[in-house]
Amino acid sequence: MEDNIGIVSYGVYIPRYRIKASSIAKVWGKDSKYIEKGLNITEKSVPGPDEDVATISVEAARYALKRCKVDPQEIGAIYVGSESHPYAVKPTGTIVGEAIGATPDLMIADYEFACKAGTAAIQNCIALIKSNMIKYGLAIGADTSQAAPGDALEYTASAGGAAFLLGKEKIIANINATYSFATDTPDFWRREARKYPAHGGRFTGEPAYFKHIINASKNLMERIKTKPEDYDYAVFHQPNGKFPISVAKKLGFTYEQIEPGLICPLLGNTYSGSYLIGLSAVLDIAKPGDRIFVTSYGSGAGSDSFDITITENIKKFRRKNAPTVRELLENKEYIDYGTYAKFRDLLYWE
Amino acid sequence: MTTHYHLVSKFWREIPHRYNLIGTRCGECKTVYFPPRNVCPRCRRSSIGKMEKYKLKGKGKIYTYTIIHVAPETFEDEIPYIIAIVKLDEGPMVTSQIVDCNPDKIKIGMPVEIAFRKIQEDGDTGAIYYGYKFRPIKR
Amino acid sequence: MRDVAVIGIGLTKFGELWEKSFRDLITEAGIKAIEDAGISGREIDGIYVGSMSAGRFVGQEHVGALVADSAGLTGVPSTRVESACASGGLAFRQAYLAVASGIHDMVVVGGVEKMTDVVSTEATNTLATAADQEWESFFGATFPALYALIATRHMYEYGTTREQLAQVAVKNHANGALNPNAHFRRKISVDDVLNSSPVAYPLRLLDCSPVSDGAAAVILCPLKDAKKYTDKIVKIIGSGQASDTLALHSRDDICTFKSTVLASKMAYKQAKIKPKDIDVAEVHDCFTIAEILATEDLGFFKKGEGSKAVEEGLTEINGTIPINTSGGLKAKGHPVGATGVAQIAEIVMQLRGEADRRQVKDAEIGLTHNIGGSGASCAVHILEVV
Repeated sequence: MEDNIGIVSYGVYIPRYRIKASSIAKVWGKDSKYIEKGLNITEKSVPGPDEDVATISVEAARYALKRCKVDPQEIGAIYVGSESHPYAVKPTGTIVGEAIGATPDLMIADYEFACKAGTAAIQNCIALIKSNMIKYGLAIGADTSQAAPGDALEYTASAGGAAFLLGKEKIIANINATYSFATDTPDFWRREARKYPAHGGRFTGEPAYFKHIINASKNLMERIKTKPEDYDYAVFHQPNGKFPISVAKKLGFTYEQIEPGLICPLLGNTYSGSYLIGLSAVLDIAKPGDRIFVTSYGSGAGSDSFDITITENIKKFRRKNAPTVRELLENKEYIDYGTYAKFRDLLYWE
Repeated sequence: MTTHYHLVSKFWREIPHRYNLIGTRCGECKTVYFPPRNVCPRCRRSSIGKMEKYKLKGKGKIYTYTIIHVAPETFEDEIPYIIAIVKLDEGPMVTSQIVDCNPDKIKIGMPVEIAFRKIQEDGDTGAIYYGYKFRPIKR
Repeated sequence: MRDVAVIGIGLTKFGELWEKSFRDLITEAGIKAIEDAGISGREIDGIYVGSMSAGRFVGQEHVGALVADSAGLTGVPSTRVESACASGGLAFRQAYLAVASGIHDMVVVGGVEKMTDVVSTEATNTLATAADQEWESFFGATFPALYALIATRHMYEYGTTREQLAQVAVKNHANGALNPNAHFRRKISVDDVLNSSPVAYPLRLLDCSPVSDGAAAVILCPLKDAKKYTDKIVKIIGSGQASDTLALHSRDDICTFKSTVLASKMAYKQAKIKPKDIDVAEVHDCFTIAEILATEDLGFFKKGEGSKAVEEGLTEINGTIPINTSGGLKAKGHPVGATGVAQIAEIVMQLRGEADRRQVKDAEIGLTHNIGGSGASCAVHILEVV
């Protein structure tokens, strides 16, 4: 990209409740040792009964605004990517817009593309900024992902989100390039008006997650003539703790490159928030000149890849005005499966 | 069939106050009010037409608190939960739930800041009402 | 202004009265009051009724007309007064003003609530409408929560203890055990209160007044006419009423009910007496902390010393200032609209010397104190036996 467009600020929100994989395994008569090893996850975040994608998005957006001096009235677009919007019809974005004081002169829409709606929101903001239609854009990826009781997804489906304020001025990270890869691959879905998603089991791996992430990543690196070793950090979508390690290896990235952004083992899969929280964890520690490679994945299916370089502005960036990803991960309270069931509305009656 | 019976207007008109703590300030004596007032109880007639919108910063201290063990249906999922009167830095006090705080840890004088949460839902089919709650300031 | 006397009182039993309807209750209390006054009923030229929420409790508004109709008094002007839990006290004051002004010559004041015809959550939600719905209840503050907020602060500022709160309930249950009309007629211990289920910290179930059905009625006429009907004339010597902010959080000090202070000052001034002249008082103890606040705000004890006074037994029937000899709202029951009028009936019984085993010796001047919500409205009356 000719213009310098990138990340002006970012903010993350993770609900405080956690459930251990072992607490879930116990209920279903499974040995958690194998689950923890198989999924590389020990615990996941759980939204409180008063939290949903709207509240998570607002908290993340407010944290992003606390770290910069941008007047919310200068935000020209808000896109919230999620697959668990609180309303089937009625945007989450307007709630966010109102709560951060950005309304009414702006574009707002909600996005849905399974787990990759967050990067879709970023790409659209970039395009609007590049075309000078807006000055700042706010892209949010957040989920309170659902999992049917007893399903394998129950160990990973968690809650959290991140907000990225994008623009041209005082950017802390330059988004050098982006590329997307999409096909019709039904590996995971939730039908209209259904409470829980369904998935293709092992089909979600090779022909879905791996194929799309590998193609998007390779094609972007080919186009911009970079190699895995050119990057200081890499972040891939984290449906569990294992897939991102495996896909990184296949692409030629080292574990050291992905480790700082690998948050799934302690957080679970926050779906549209996953790779954005991973990227945020990297931004929490990144220095000027650091180069970051990011690829999201959304079932259905598609991947968005990004090539990002940290700028000098990160030195003056007021990271401390909002909690880091590590701080959010440490602020936790464990709940048992009964409380989890109550919070996630698994206990219902006529 | 619908299970909700309030029109959303009742909630919608309070959105600025409940999302962003927009109160009022008397143009005469400069006293800040939250919840907003149409007339300043001190200046009365001379405040008419001079009450201006005023955004509170959302920081304050616990003035008093209680822990709710018996709650209306809409709040039952959250039992036990903390209700407190928070004295905001600008002066006004506000009644709010305190979240991200173990009920054993709450005390008078504890510094808190605004959080954004779901307050109520109008049944299964009605609107979701969002607004302020407060949480302890960690750092 | 004419002097006004109370010449008749009538009470139903308070409690869960499954077989009785709203109109059964108010009619029963009214008839008893008419019998007690020894009037025929034809003399009545005005009706006032205190009822907090007949609309939600029994699905019936237009209560003024209903009461006139049920009592066989159609044609007589009948007015319903609402001020949450102070509805009865305010109805009494309206009746008093109407007789004192010369507009009416024989007025019956009723107070009634039928609370058990709805599920308990609906009863609780209805009571909560006395609080600020938009800025307290909306956020999850229940009605007990508001008094709990006061209790926490009172404990913080004045060192009031959990045990002292319990002692209010213990005393009122002991009094209630002596009152045949009381909802609860069993004695309880401090341990019973401390081990009852938590409602809103620091308040527990036995700190709270119950949901009750019941009605009360009294008959007022000019003092000069009272002799025609009775030789135990009780005169109204002071009447006060005040208001305060609907929400607790709008007040500078939540440990003082300004409405109580103002209403009692008004009543004391009219009666030309001081708090120490009161021999017996019925105060609004919807929660244990409320009685402590009331005894302080009415001037019986210094601020912060109300809890110690309970501990020392000063408010027992044979104490220096007997409080809630009827059992109070806590043990006698709290059919909301009836409460303020029932308080008058208890004081009249005390002043007439008809309070039986709970009689305060030589009681000549008595006070009633009725609160609406968390202190946003208050009525105080002072009565003296002539």
